[in-house]
Amino acid sequence: MQVRSAEFKAAAAQKLDDRQLYRALSGLRNRMVSGRAVAIQELDNFEEMREAARQVRDFTLTNLDYFLELFERNALARGAQMHWAENGQEVNRLVLDIARRHGVRKIIKSKSMLGEESGLNQFLEAGGCEVRETDLGEYIIQEARETPSHIIAPAVHRTKEQVADLFEARHGRPRKHDIAEMTREAREVLRPHFLTADMGISGANFLVAETGTTMIVTNEGNGRMTTTLPRVHVVVTGIEKVLPTLEDVAFILRLLTRSATGQSISNYLTYTTGPKGVDEVEGPDQFHIVMVDSGRTRVLGSPLREALRCIRCGACMNHCPVYQNIGGHPYGWVYPGPIGSVLTPAYVGLENAGDLPNAATLCNQCGVVCPVKIPLPDLMRKLREQQVERKLRPLSERAALKLWTFVALRPALYGPMMRIAARLGRWLGGSRALIRWLPGTGWTVGRDMPAPRGKTFRELYAARWRPAAKSRDAAPVQGKGRLR
Amino acid sequence: MQVALFVTCLIDLFRPRIGFAALKLLEAAGCEVVVPATQTCCGQPGYNSGDRHGAQVLARKLLRELDGCEYVVVPSGSCAGMIRTHYRELLSEFPDVRPQAERIAARTYELTDFLHNVLKVGDVPGLWQGSVTYHDCCSGLRELAVKAQPRALLARVAGLELREMSAPEQCCGFGGTFAVKFGDISTRICDQKCDDIVASGAAAVVLGDLGCMLNIEGRLRRRGAQTRVLHVAEVLAGMADPEADGA
Repeated sequence: MQVRSAEFKAAAAQKLDDRQLYRALSGLRNRMVSGRAVAIQELDNFEEMREAARQVRDFTLTNLDYFLELFERNALARGAQMHWAENGQEVNRLVLDIARRHGVRKIIKSKSMLGEESGLNQFLEAGGCEVRETDLGEYIIQEARETPSHIIAPAVHRTKEQVADLFEARHGRPRKHDIAEMTREAREVLRPHFLTADMGISGANFLVAETGTTMIVTNEGNGRMTTTLPRVHVVVTGIEKVLPTLEDVAFILRLLTRSATGQSISNYLTYTTGPKGVDEVEGPDQFHIVMVDSGRTRVLGSPLREALRCIRCGACMNHCPVYQNIGGHPYGWVYPGPIGSVLTPAYVGLENAGDLPNAATLCNQCGVVCPVKIPLPDLMRKLREQQVERKLRPLSERAALKLWTFVALRPALYGPMMRIAARLGRWLGGSRALIRWLPGTGWTVGRDMPAPRGKTFRELYAARWRPAAKSRDAAPVQGKGRLR
Repeated sequence: MQVALFVTCLIDLFRPRIGFAALKLLEAAGCEVVVPATQTCCGQPGYNSGDRHGAQVLARKLLRELDGCEYVVVPSGSCAGMIRTHYRELLSEFPDVRPQAERIAARTYELTDFLHNVLKVGDVPGLWQGSVTYHDCCSGLRELAVKAQPRALLARVAGLELREMSAPEQCCGFGGTFAVKFGDISTRICDQKCDDIVASGAAAVVLGDLGCMLNIEGRLRRRGAQTRVLHVAEVLAGMADPEADGA
């Protein structure tokens, strides 16, 4: 996908004016956030589970080479065909080659964020294939020619009414008014595609090393049809998705679905191990797994490695005060919200990520809800440090920081400067003690600045200790305070 | 018990009265309070804006000034959190100051945390007729678990009724330089906070961090709302009267 993260600020400003978006996102704020809060109450040791999940993920990532080889061995033993792709171009080429080799014309897809990373759909379409997204959210945005704005709810930015308009226009059927009717209509439109597709493409939530199994977590059933109906199946997955055992998957699932949608468990868990066996009636004849690096090994060896623990639940964005107000599109690439502000610079380069590492208040709501304890604010801080080191922040900003350090290091300079600022502030604040406009900052766009009152703490405190002030009643209790 | 008061740069400049309120509370609880005269900034702005070097030199300065104090008390969750939870990482390249950084991290407290959990104060001097609502500032809440402490102390203020707002733990949108870089997003986030504050019906919103205070007060005033915005120290110390000056 094209990276538009450099336009974050302007794109976000536009979204702030979008009342439809605000309405659409209120569902996310209310349902996903409160749903998760209720769901984790079912677990009496949620914090211990988070810590255990962190350890499972770290252990696997530390031994990633071992578990990938184990996964490959077991997958091959079950008849899967393994492919390794270093980057997005290789992913696209490999998948198109597989399609051509098997005479594929129509492809159905279950959700794959990796497909978004490499622009797989467009590439396959250019190669002569028809590609049909089957996840309802992905289907909506494919019809609307948009990109996903959330990693598990790709069309969360659209209201029900907007979807009704879209379906009416695209399906040429009478307008539907409730979600159940719209869903039924989408199923009716999609069903023939499921039955006539030559190839299915899915992602993977996890890869199970001990069995060579790929698994997906879904709610709609489209994923299961995608993995079982067409004669060829291709799994496109990041190499970091591997877990050692089925038991690890079962454990982490308890955190994943609760963190994601507030469900104790999703409607479907689809485990696929190799193609259809000789005595089996369901499943593809050909089963391919494309293992994708696209920057993962580089991140593994970097200070951002903790981001690779991510199990793609979306809780960080659901709880992010910034995401809640602008949605996912302004982040400008595949992964929005706090994890996107880390993964985007990690995968496409800090120089292409614009303001993303700064587009957060560091409130750490993301950090405390993350089921695998990714310290997202710390990682954003590291990226901010790299931006300053590499001079990717504006000169004015870097100079202001340097000036602040210079002054704050020198109390003999700091004191007088703050006294001047306090007096200037009082003058600017006027009788209401509010500054209405401060040049060169975004502060007064929507807020007043409460003004300083004319004197600093330091000078008021020092004044207490001058001889003239000593007799005052207001002197510190029993005269115990002292200056050093 | 000797306590060093770290006033913070924002209180020094914007609201000296909060510093004096903290002083009054500590002294009323029997502490011998020192206010090191050369203190300036804990380094948080640089740390959060990617200026690691600037943050490091200011952190080292603070260590020189405050090492040796029995306790360091800070009337700000984010500055206390900076010293308590981030200095070790920030100064990890300097083995020479590691023991100092460890020491100071263990001895630094946010004001209400210190009053409630260390001093275990029973009475507070404050009086307040009416209702307040409490906003949990992010750093204090999530870095230092400051949540019950201010409420326990406010419950001892004669006449004060606490009316919780609907999402007291939601960020107000300040985020340090975020509020300056992304003024529009920050304002929108703050609007939801202001809605919740106003809906609580409280006469004042009380909180423990000056950044959030300036943000929330600035937005409430721009919206024309009259809800007062007070630092928890002002209320606890009985210095919430608009006329009360710190001097």
